[in-house]
Amino acid sequence: MDILEYAFMQRALIAAVLVGMVCSVIGTYVVLKKLAFIGAGISHSAFGGVALGYLLGVSPLGIALPFSLATAMVIGWVSRKGRISEDTAIGIFFAGTMALGVLFIGLRTGYNVDLFGYLFGSILSVSSSDIWIILGLGLGVIGVVLLLFKEFFFVSFDEEMAAVSGLPVERLYFLLLGLMALTVIVSIKIVGIILVEALLVIPAAAAFQLTRNFVRMMLLSVSFGVVSGVAGLFISYYVDLASGATIVLTAAVIFLLCFALSPKRRWRRIQARG
Amino acid sequence: MISRSAISLEDIWVYYGETPALKAIDLDIEDGEFLGLIGPNGGGKTTLIKVILGLLKPDRGRVTVFGSPPDRLGRARGLIGYVPQRNQSDWNFPVSVLDVVLMGRYGRIGLFRRPSAADQAVALKSLEAVQMQEYARRHLAQLSGGQQQRVMIARALAGEPRLLLLDEPAAGVDISAEEQFYELLRELKEQHGLTIVVVTHDIAVVSSHVEKLACLNQTLYIHASPEEVLTAGTLQKVYGCEVELLAHGRIPHRVVEEHE
Repeated sequence: MDILEYAFMQRALIAAVLVGMVCSVIGTYVVLKKLAFIGAGISHSAFGGVALGYLLGVSPLGIALPFSLATAMVIGWVSRKGRISEDTAIGIFFAGTMALGVLFIGLRTGYNVDLFGYLFGSILSVSSSDIWIILGLGLGVIGVVLLLFKEFFFVSFDEEMAAVSGLPVERLYFLLLGLMALTVIVSIKIVGIILVEALLVIPAAAAFQLTRNFVRMMLLSVSFGVVSGVAGLFISYYVDLASGATIVLTAAVIFLLCFALSPKRRWRRIQARG
Repeated sequence: MISRSAISLEDIWVYYGETPALKAIDLDIEDGEFLGLIGPNGGGKTTLIKVILGLLKPDRGRVTVFGSPPDRLGRARGLIGYVPQRNQSDWNFPVSVLDVVLMGRYGRIGLFRRPSAADQAVALKSLEAVQMQEYARRHLAQLSGGQQQRVMIARALAGEPRLLLLDEPAAGVDISAEEQFYELLRELKEQHGLTIVVVTHDIAVVSSHVEKLACLNQTLYIHASPEEVLTAGTLQKVYGCEVELLAHGRIPHRVVEEHE
């Protein structure tokens, strides 16, 4: 294919594959452990970080990374230890960090920055240093997941039992939130702050429709994520659409197909009869 | 013979905000005891189990399980097997029966390491102990309520515990399955020399199977043999007013204890 002769397209393709993988691996836990709203809170907090980066005149993603990690830890801490419920805590930080971002942008007077790319992704502007960052962080996230595979598996299934078995559930929970924050940062260039949530949820939710095996669910999720990324990229290029949105909508179509073809309702009927 | 304590609770107080859930609980459970913990809903039974597990730190008092505090270190030694209330698990989670039982080994396997063939063997043996070995490859949602409960017991056994705590294990299981279930517990106790604590509000069925009963409604009313508990009239005190108990027999019938 001749479009792959363009260097920016090669980079976009590599980025789409990597992000599709990382998001779908972490997404498996997000879906099973019902962390979707926390994911939204963490991803939106990145906006505050990006804006602060602009204000200070340094790398927006470099600031967004610690910013999102910190927000993830605070959300986790408040919802676990605090006297307010988890969704309330997320609601507060979600809006609070976004407002902070708007404030930071306002402080940088007379400068018209392109924040649109950070909000909705700008895959075609991925630089080669971006690729290295995505590769490093992405492989790091997947490495941690592989290392603690059985622990995250148990904690996702039944946290209380995991605690009784002596697993450090609290630390594993915060680690998972941290991995979510890293995943968000990795994905911002590709699908953007607003849409990254979709890649955390949709491929894994689609995979969940098709299997009752955890490992198979994760592998299916990864393949859906990668297919959405690559197909979405090509479609957006040829039809001239926004790439982030096209990737997300491709994932959504895959989900609808999986939902329609899901054998789970059939399983349930067999069980009800038996 | 000097009997050793499996669980020792001294002056345990737990508050949820301003409301006391447990008041001044003193309880010694002997090694090898088969205890039924009964009491009304909201009487603090589950709270007490969580204190014993170390999941909940009491506001006052001292807990020891086999001589050490039940913190994470205590649990990591794998002495306690726990079967939580049925509705607490996500039955649609993509996990096979064998996977669930293997989880019972995770605390022993340790971080980063994968389950070995020996762990698999222990898990399969635990399934065998609850007569569920042919379901190892099934998914949880494909099992009946009683079978799911057996899997949860197998998971607890897979950790090779000395103490088994079960919270309302027979809830949602029919009477004949419940009978079999207590029979199974008795066998396990004899084979493995386990100490067993069963939380339930079904007084009649549990009292015909356990060796001791403890009645809990914020405070501990009595800890004695089922005969003593049933004749002492403590049940009225524990449950407040009218006590209905489904007496255990060939034909189930209802007994209402008299009170003024």
